[in-house]
Order: sequence, then structure tokens, then C-alpha cells
Amino acid sequence: MSAVLELKAVAKTFTMHLQGGIRLPVVTGVEFAVRAGECVVLAGQSGAGKSSILKMIFGTYRCDAGSIRVHVDGSTVDVARAEPRQILRLRTHALGYVSQFLRAVPRVPTVDVVAEPLVIAGVQRDNARRRAADLLRRLNIPDRLWPLPPATFSGGEQQRVNIARGFISDLQLLLLDEPTAALDAGNRAVVVDLVAEKKRRGTAVVAIVHDDDVRAAIADTVVDVHRFTAAA
Amino acid sequence: MMQRDADQPLLVAEGLSRWYGKQLGCRDVSFALYAGEVIAVVGESGSGKTTLLQLLSAQLAPSRGRVLYCMRDGAMRDLASLGEAERRFLFRTDWGYVHQDPTLGLRMTVSAGANVGERLMAIGWRHYGQIRRTAGDWLGRVEIDTGRIDDAPGTYSGGMRQRLQIARNLVTRPRLVFMDEPTGGLDVSVQARLLDLLRGLVAELGLAAVIVTHDLAVARLLSHRIIVMKDGEIVETGLTDQVLDDPHQPYTQLLVSSVLPP
Repeated sequence: MSAVLELKAVAKTFTMHLQGGIRLPVVTGVEFAVRAGECVVLAGQSGAGKSSILKMIFGTYRCDAGSIRVHVDGSTVDVARAEPRQILRLRTHALGYVSQFLRAVPRVPTVDVVAEPLVIAGVQRDNARRRAADLLRRLNIPDRLWPLPPATFSGGEQQRVNIARGFISDLQLLLLDEPTAALDAGNRAVVVDLVAEKKRRGTAVVAIVHDDDVRAAIADTVVDVHRFTAAA
Repeated sequence: MMQRDADQPLLVAEGLSRWYGKQLGCRDVSFALYAGEVIAVVGESGSGKTTLLQLLSAQLAPSRGRVLYCMRDGAMRDLASLGEAERRFLFRTDWGYVHQDPTLGLRMTVSAGANVGERLMAIGWRHYGQIRRTAGDWLGRVEIDTGRIDDAPGTYSGGMRQRLQIARNLVTRPRLVFMDEPTGGLDVSVQARLLDLLRGLVAELGLAAVIVTHDLAVARLLSHRIIVMKDGEIVETGLTDQVLDDPHQPYTQLLVSSVLPP
């Protein structure tokens, strides 16, 4: 299987202009690849730069050096150099990111929060809602909550809504930032199943997971981020 | 549906500058906006945001530079070269302009229905029943009780007026909407409702928009890209999450760190 994602010589330093221009090196020389259907788990303690790497792949953080090539649908986009609209197009059709926390939009019902990525990609709203309902059911969100905005839900419920939203599209590359941190064992198992299904469909996955059982269940490859951690 | 992959931009600003006498409004602003794309222009008061919006929407002539717009036939035209009929077409149909103060964008003494219907009549609609029905539909879409269709906006609350102004602008299905602080001056809860509404409509209609705001939460919620302005010039641009989560320029870092996380 060929690589869906290839990172080469990626480096990131934050410059804090408000703190006298202090420079905080995060990572340097990041290099790994992910094939279709493979799950790469980034390992390392807090502060090692795992989330920063994920955010650079998604385009949220700019990278200072190197390349982040995403190969989908016969073409290649280097996220490190791409125009904003190329990245936006990638996010609509190929690249997904499940953050740790749901950024809730006020007033929007849960079922529509989950269905939104499909609607944006052009799926009819009714179909999108049906698929959202299936996922919410699997993730044990009671249907009386579906018409409500998730802002008042518990942390675990919000995280499951976020997972449903992140997993609803069939994307070729999925980034997961601690998707199971606030979940009980039953729901962790559901997420493990969802990841396995994505892999079978050929999705390449990059994940940050602290739970050893979840990691053992989903990881094909573990990349130790420490070797990329930049010396301060 | 968004059509961000269209290869031709909808609007291009090239080296736009504007002085008011010796006073600089904005200097050397260049960017391209594509169909279905929402750009937020952020910066403090006096940074040139509103001048830029007026230049882009042909309400102000640039001292230097030009604005190109993709007409419906696909031709890129310099706004300064348009004839009166073409300008009217843009203002009445292809563009919307949402003012911070809804009394500037509405006619306060005629009914809400007429405020919306007027834009349709301007593009040749003549059938009263159809105009009234469409105006009623749009009041519904912006969550105004259709029972208020015959009331003048002077009797509406601030939030309702702003929603009415949006209905009036969108009824002709414009391709591009300019918005100047669309949520400014509204209560927080009213703002949230307006933002959701705008967000839904922009996505549903595939609108392109240029939104001037000093509120980074508004930019986060509505825009795909951000332009940061300071002293009349662009200091930083990028994807919305990029600019807000990984700002590079000192001024942008200051701006982002000066507010509660949006």
C-alpha cells in the first residue's frame, strides 16, 4: 500500500513576540509515513510535541521547515506550502481532525452538529441526519438529547458528539487527538470499533492515545515523538 | 454547496490604497476571494477595515490599485470601468451589503415585507402575490414572525432589524455579501442567534462574504480565512484557525492574547 501521508524534516518553533521574542522550539526533523488502512499512534509525554504535529498536518499550525505531503485522489498536496483554499478543500473531502474538545456552536442541535461535515461536502441534509443518528446511537447518546445543542452536555457526552462528527465522513486521512480521554470503558470500546472500521475502509489514521488498551487495540505502528523533540 | 474549487476568483484586490488627503485609509492591499469563501477582516478601530470594505464594494474609489470582479458571464471586470447599469446590477442583485447599523440598510418607514420585496421589484419582479410570498418566506428564514410582515422596522428590536436587513440582502440570491460589524451593538444572546443564522445561510447558499469585525469569535465562527489589518496595511493572513491558533506577527499575537479564547 502506498503512503497517504508523508512527513519529511518537519520543524516547528513558536516565537512569542509579547514575551520579548522568546523562541520555543517544539519539534525538529519529524519524519514518518502512514499508509492507507494503517493507524500510526504518536507516543511521548505531555509537551513532547504530539498535538503540535497533528495540528501541523491539519494545517492549523504552520510549519517552519520540511514537507507534509498528503496523497489523495491521485494528487498530492503539501500542507506545509499549500494555499489556504487547497487546505480547505482537503478538509472538506479528505482530511479530518477530531480534537479533544468539542467547539460547540450555540443553538445548533446535536444531530446537526454531527451531520454538518456531510452537509458541507454536499450530502442531502436528511441523509446526513440519518447517518448522524446512527453514529449517535452507537456512541450511546440518548435520542432525547439529539435535538438539543451540546453546550450543556457532560464532558464525556460532548466528546462522543465530537467523535460522531469526526467519524461521519468517509475521509482518507483522519487525525485523532485523545479521542477517548473522557470516556468510560464501554464507549472506549465503541471508539476502538469505529477506528477499526475506518481502517478496513482504507482510511489512514494518526492518533494520540494515552490509554494503553486503546493504543494496543488500534495501533499498527507507534512513533516515539521524543526523538523529534527539539532541544530548548 | 461551497464551490471553493472554482479556479477563477470571484473578486481580486490588487494593490489597493486610499488616502483621505494626507491621512492614510489603507495601503497596498491585495488578495483574492473565491466563490463560497468567507474572509474576515479583523483589526482595531482605525486600522482601515471599513475603508477596505468600501473600496471592495465600489462605494469609494481607490487612490491606487484596482478591484476586479467576476461578472456572471465569467468576465473579470475592473469595478472602476463599469457602466451605471452594470453597477446597479451588482448593487441590486449580485451583491449584498449589511451595515452595522440596520437603519442604514433598511427603509424605516415602510413595512418589513416591502423592505424585502423592494429588492425583488428592483430586479423586475412584478407579481404582488409572489413578491409577498417570497418576502414572507425570507422573514421565516431569518426567524421573524410572519405576522409582523406589515409592521415597519421602526417597531422592531435591534436583533430583528438586523435579521430583516439580512433577509433584504439575501432575497436576490447574491453571490457576494459585504458585512460591516454585523453583530456590533447587539446583546450577546442576540449576537449568538444572529451568528448561527448567518453561518447556516452562508453555508446553505454557498455565499462568498467579506466580513469586517473586531470580534475574533465572530471571525472564528463565520470565516474560512482571516486578514489582519493594522495602520491601513495587511499584517498577516491565513486560514482562520491558523491565524487564531498560531499567530506569527507581534500585532496578531497581541490581538489574540487580548481576548478570552473565542
